Amino acid sequence: MRISTFFYTIKQGFRNIFRNKLFSLASIATITACLFMFGIFYSVVVNLQSMVQNAEEGVCVTAFFEAGTDDLTMQEIGQKIAGRMEVSDVEYISADQAWEDWKADYPPEYAEGFTENPLENCANYRIYLSDVSMQDSLVTYLESMPEIRKVNRSQLTADVLTGFNSLLGYVSIGLIAILLGVSVFLISNTVTIGINVRREEITIMKYIGATDFFVRSPFVVEGILIGLVGAGIPLAIIYFVYNKAVAYVLDRFSILTNLLTFLPVKEIFHILLPLSLGIGVGIGFLGSFITVRKHLRV
Amino acid sequence: MAEKAVRKKRKRRNGDRDIILLEHVSKSYETGSPALNDISLRIKPGEFVFIVGDSGSGKSTMIKLLLRELTATEGNVKVLGYDLNRIRHRKIPEFRRNIGIVFQDFRLLKDRNVYENVAFAQRIVLTPTKQMRKNVPAILASVGLAGKYKAKPKQLSGGEQQRVALARALVNEPTLLLCDEPTGNLDPKNSWEIMNMLDEINKSGTTVLVVTHNKEIVNQMEKRVVTLKKGVIISDEEKGAYIDED
Repeated sequence: MRISTFFYTIKQGFRNIFRNKLFSLASIATITACLFMFGIFYSVVVNLQSMVQNAEEGVCVTAFFEAGTDDLTMQEIGQKIAGRMEVSDVEYISADQAWEDWKADYPPEYAEGFTENPLENCANYRIYLSDVSMQDSLVTYLESMPEIRKVNRSQLTADVLTGFNSLLGYVSIGLIAILLGVSVFLISNTVTIGINVRREEITIMKYIGATDFFVRSPFVVEGILIGLVGAGIPLAIIYFVYNKAVAYVLDRFSILTNLLTFLPVKEIFHILLPLSLGIGVGIGFLGSFITVRKHLRV
Repeated sequence: MAEKAVRKKRKRRNGDRDIILLEHVSKSYETGSPALNDISLRIKPGEFVFIVGDSGSGKSTMIKLLLRELTATEGNVKVLGYDLNRIRHRKIPEFRRNIGIVFQDFRLLKDRNVYENVAFAQRIVLTPTKQMRKNVPAILASVGLAGKYKAKPKQLSGGEQQRVALARALVNEPTLLLCDEPTGNLDPKNSWEIMNMLDEINKSGTTVLVVTHNKEIVNQMEKRVVTLKKGVIISDEEKGAYIDED
């Protein structure tokens, strides 16, 4: 391609947008609406996932040792546990530490009268999981060790979190599929209306010997530009509205402040920005490419 | 001098081979009777040919076959040496660049000015910008529109729009000029102006094929006339006349 043809194509792409203002506005509005919904949905899902992950990180399994287990054995077992895939962290609590913790948690009069450590046999490991759904396999592993006397776990929390995680996954896939379906329908309608206006122009170009590439290029440039603008607008809106929405939710539901930990907007945009721009450009490119193709067989 | 050079160039390009060769060509659509039925036609370099006939006689179908907008159901269609039954899709633009085409309804790009409409044909064949800036004003001057290069099509009369279309068709120096009812939307004065231009173009060596209903023009110009009726060639005469069925 000649440089002059390249610049001509780019220029025509820009001019096409202004030539068909109504069509351009309709296309931009459609992509904006779809990507705005996508952006909001993405922000909600990512925040929910982060909250669930935070909750999962707090779930731990406690393994108590048989009386008389020596420190070296406990250390070796600790290393084995820490090496497992589903384990994110292992914390050793000695018998003395356990008794100190107990005293700190309960009123001092409860501890009166004890001269010796009543939790002498309660040295344990608190094991934090990287994936709560694998709690069962860890517990089975721990219970198979002769040095371990008892394993405490929170089955209900783990089940609720695992269930919620799967539900979130299914709902995300379902909503994204519906959203994409609606977007494709709306966008293909808009592009079809726009291209019908230009059918004659395409036919003339083809009659006088234009290649498919030459005819298509300005339309594709136009589609990409519309896609970029259509993606940029919802991104800008979400960027400025996000912090205000988070502040409002935290204010309205202050009782849940500990549970509702929202991600900073920059962290959301780390993925949302390239993803939305990519979808916008992709929709613009494919929309114009496929629709022009129908009219190239002249 | 320049005209001679163009004529020589064309002769070198085409030699004495047929510009258009139709052999037993039929074209049927899915519904109705065949639009063209076993027609054969040979047009040599430098000829000026009228194709005449009533509505439904197959004239439009013939133009579409010659432009490779349609393919023949049967028979061979060869234009400028290209076998249009076998030509690959990606070769069609290259083939069409050798043909200038003028339509009854002008078919100009409405949102572009006169200069851009003509320049567009040059952009398609990747003419360097410097060359294009010489060629476009020159061709516009030759059709009498030198002063109107900035005007949009809707600011021009029918005759002027047809001259823009003619300039666009000629700017790439085509070997064959196809005109589909070029005077159909014009008054008699403009019609004659366009026909005189076509005659001049033909004298410079371009093969011209004109599909028309205009009896007066056909009869006065005394060129080869091919008459179609219900998809069949019923007459083909040198210096022929419009056969009036009524």
